[in-house]
Amino acid sequence: MARKIRVLVAKPGLDGHDRGARVIARGLRDAGMEVVYTGLHQTPEQIVEAAIQEDVDVVGLSILSGAHMTLIPKVTELLRENGAGDIIVIGGGTIPEADVKALKEGGWAAELFTPGTPLETIVEWIYEHVKVD
Amino acid sequence: MLDVNKLIQGDRRTAAKIITLIENDGEGKQELLSRIYPHTGRAHVIGVTGSPGAGKSSLTDELIKQARRHNFKVGVIAVDPTSPISGGALLGDRIRMQEHALDKGVFIRSMGTRGCLGGLARATKDVVKVLDAYGCQVIIIETVGVGQSELDIMHYADTTLVVLTPGAGDHIQTIKAGIMEIADIFIINKSDLGNTKRIVTDIEQMLDMSPRYKSSWRPPVIETSTVTKDGIENLWSLIRRHFESTRSSGELRETVRNRVCMELMEMVEDELRRHLWGYLNQNGSLNGLLDDLADRKADPYTESRKLVERFLNIKNKH
Repeated sequence: MARKIRVLVAKPGLDGHDRGARVIARGLRDAGMEVVYTGLHQTPEQIVEAAIQEDVDVVGLSILSGAHMTLIPKVTELLRENGAGDIIVIGGGTIPEADVKALKEGGWAAELFTPGTPLETIVEWIYEHVKVD
Repeated sequence: MLDVNKLIQGDRRTAAKIITLIENDGEGKQELLSRIYPHTGRAHVIGVTGSPGAGKSSLTDELIKQARRHNFKVGVIAVDPTSPISGGALLGDRIRMQEHALDKGVFIRSMGTRGCLGGLARATKDVVKVLDAYGCQVIIIETVGVGQSELDIMHYADTTLVVLTPGAGDHIQTIKAGIMEIADIFIINKSDLGNTKRIVTDIEQMLDMSPRYKSSWRPPVIETSTVTKDGIENLWSLIRRHFESTRSSGELRETVRNRVCMELMEMVEDELRRHLWGYLNQNGSLNGLLDDLADRKADPYTESRKLVERFLNIKNKH
């Protein structure tokens, strides 16, 4: 039986705008992935624990609060501390170009998608980067 | 990485990875499960089923709290439907349970049904074993939102909860066959909405008419609200009482024997089917027969028996 790609879509921090996250979750579902959605206002600790128990391949963080420079590195760091550094972290939201560069170069996120990105781009990216052995 | 000893010692990453391998029907699954099996059979497995939106996830969240108050280690398997179109799934039951994410005594796993139609996933029964061996003393299985006849849960839970809401159907609904027959406890959830009297009376009347409850456990009908928390503590003590009562009466033993019998037969059938298909497909012998059947020169009733007899004869000679 074919292995299914599992993705955790999470909303860390305090902003209450989850329409984007739900659209992404739906899009990944329609692309044949199993999407675990954990809802609003999650702490990095909660996200990492859910990612481990659900054994996901990818954690997708949706952030519209401006706190991405704090929250994304925190999630990545906690994953590594828990021996789950192999889980790919990606993000989406209103993230300035300079921050995108800093987060990627710092190794905190594998990819970041800013507003206007077509769903297909994200789906293709995930299919390209998750090893389906 | 997939070390059964680490699972038994309670390593959650190992538990999660083993569950994935089982879900994907990965290599070494059978061997892994046969090593896990001796460490299972200890947990109290609670099934939560009911129609979509009846409040199964919120109730499960409350049950986790109750179980934790009594210091049980808890495993949760939350099943949501897989899309028959894309093969993907949106697993959203966890939203209601995230406050337990940091509690090391709680392990929650979401599963897609992946084509299984009985309200659970094909791998659910084996995932129960993984959580059992991992040390969970209470395992809660939340089914997909069901209609009337997705009843797989009755085979895998020691205690089955059927969750209904006020105003769910009329007198006739309660006497139909199916989901109304598998409850060990009936829950009328969302009691804060009021109007619960009628459905409670309907169910009690239905139970009055069933002779089988005269001698054994009669399912209680209980009203709960996850908003006001009314009835939750009482529900938990009823769940435990059901477990104790069926255990001491020998009913639970009988349930477990039926469960392992069914599992064994399923595995035997799988194994046989694999061998039989291998034999039937080996020299393309089926091709001619398929044409004959399509042209009505042969009939499948006779041919199926002949095929199996030939297969068994060959096996005998080896």
